[in-house]
Amino acid sequence: MAVERRGAAIEIAHLRKQYGVGPGAVVALDDINLNVAPGEFLCIVGPSGCGKSTLLRILAKLDQQSSGSIDVQAGGWAVQNAMVFQESGLFPWMSVENNVGFGLYTRGVPVHERAGRVEAALKLVGLTKFRNHFPHQLSGGMRQRGAIARAFVTDPAMLLMDEPFAALDAQNRAILQAELVRIWEETGKTVVYITHSIEEALLLGDRTVVMTAQPGRIKTTIDVSFPHPRDLMALSASAEFGRLKLDIWRLLEDEVNRARADLER
Amino acid sequence: MNGNSAKWRERMLYLISPIGLLLVWQVLVELGFGDRRFIPTPSDIAVRFWALTIDGELALNLLATLWRVFAGFVIGVVPAVAVGLVMAMSRPVRIFFDPLIAALFPIPKVALMPLLLLAFGFGDASKIALVAIGVFFPVIVNTYAGAANIEKIYWDVARNYGASTWVMFTRIVFFGALPMIFAGLRIAVAVAFIVLVAAEFVSTKVGIGYLIWNSWELLQVDTMFVGIVVIGLVGLITSVLLAEIERKVIPWKTV
Repeated sequence: MAVERRGAAIEIAHLRKQYGVGPGAVVALDDINLNVAPGEFLCIVGPSGCGKSTLLRILAKLDQQSSGSIDVQAGGWAVQNAMVFQESGLFPWMSVENNVGFGLYTRGVPVHERAGRVEAALKLVGLTKFRNHFPHQLSGGMRQRGAIARAFVTDPAMLLMDEPFAALDAQNRAILQAELVRIWEETGKTVVYITHSIEEALLLGDRTVVMTAQPGRIKTTIDVSFPHPRDLMALSASAEFGRLKLDIWRLLEDEVNRARADLER
Repeated sequence: MNGNSAKWRERMLYLISPIGLLLVWQVLVELGFGDRRFIPTPSDIAVRFWALTIDGELALNLLATLWRVFAGFVIGVVPAVAVGLVMAMSRPVRIFFDPLIAALFPIPKVALMPLLLLAFGFGDASKIALVAIGVFFPVIVNTYAGAANIEKIYWDVARNYGASTWVMFTRIVFFGALPMIFAGLRIAVAVAFIVLVAAEFVSTKVGIGYLIWNSWELLQVDTMFVGIVVIGLVGLITSVLLAEIERKVIPWKTV
């Protein structure tokens, strides 16, 4: 697949995030070291409360680390990052069209260019017919498509996705996963994708980072060398896929049990 | 068919209570319960209403009242919405305004009338100022509550997608607070008429409040009732209008 340019390179070193001070302080992230290559699709899995969302929020500059550094190289890209949230977060008071174009409007993209780019993004996610609808008139899956279109239309160097399909039914999730992988294969953006689903991480990513329960640390990193373009359905039925899934489950199982033991103590 | 007749029955039920009340009132007074000089019948009031409409006295007083409500409303609502929204966006602004609102909101606004007469004189300005002050508080409190309760994800999205403070103000906070702003406006309409009619009792020679007070002093009780009925009708019409505007302006609230 010929991609003209690759997305952002990310270097995270000794990153730490702590809430509060003194004995009541909660360490959400501890000593995170992670490099993401330009154009890589990286998935992060971990038990709930492992700070994976916090890590993404720090990458999105919605939150600040307590110490450590994050370096994002996004030369040649006008927009550094765009985030897709767990719930679509489409503004209820804007039409689908205006929601999708929001990141262009805020950046002062001229009306004419904006219309063209929004048109293309709506087409990409199959929402052209619903451009004048309000979010409450759409299904959950359609709203999430809108959120994806809103992210892609800004042409960001990296896409930050926080369990974007977690609230969808299985069919919708499978369809949107396939579309996401296809779009990514075509655009060469760097993707950091948070999920609690091992299957999803293996299906979508080139690499999966497994995190520990609180405090969130990187437990291990697994290369997922399935070739592209991927046929997600066929892939999920393969023996190799099953073996990897089991490996990661064993790793996570320890963490989940440890977290539960901590809670009960 | 069935649904239609049920709807028809509901509409009849809706009208039965006020019409029934007027009928009972008419019959009791006709039968000699109460002194007709002090308690006119609904038909007396209707006749008087017609007479006042014909000679233009009603229109003159009504226009004076409506103008004061309208002017005071605009002057009070615009800063209330602006400051309420800024309070939700900026902690220092909120801390600055909070004690002021807490201290001034509970003061009966009519109590300020003598002060306003000193400041603005007996003309329209003092009445307009009173309405403005009266509507300011319910609107600012509701606007702030609406803006402060905008879900966190919308702030996050706006920030992540590069919204400037101005875009945040005009595209996110304002629209997010709009349903609550309208709740404030509904209260404000009622407050506006309440404080204005009271003020018009004593400090003017024109207005529905003046009409009511003056006819009471002249023992023209039927005219007094006309004034009361007109205020009720005007209040009803404005709140229906406001609901209509709300439906147009907030199409996403139709769930």
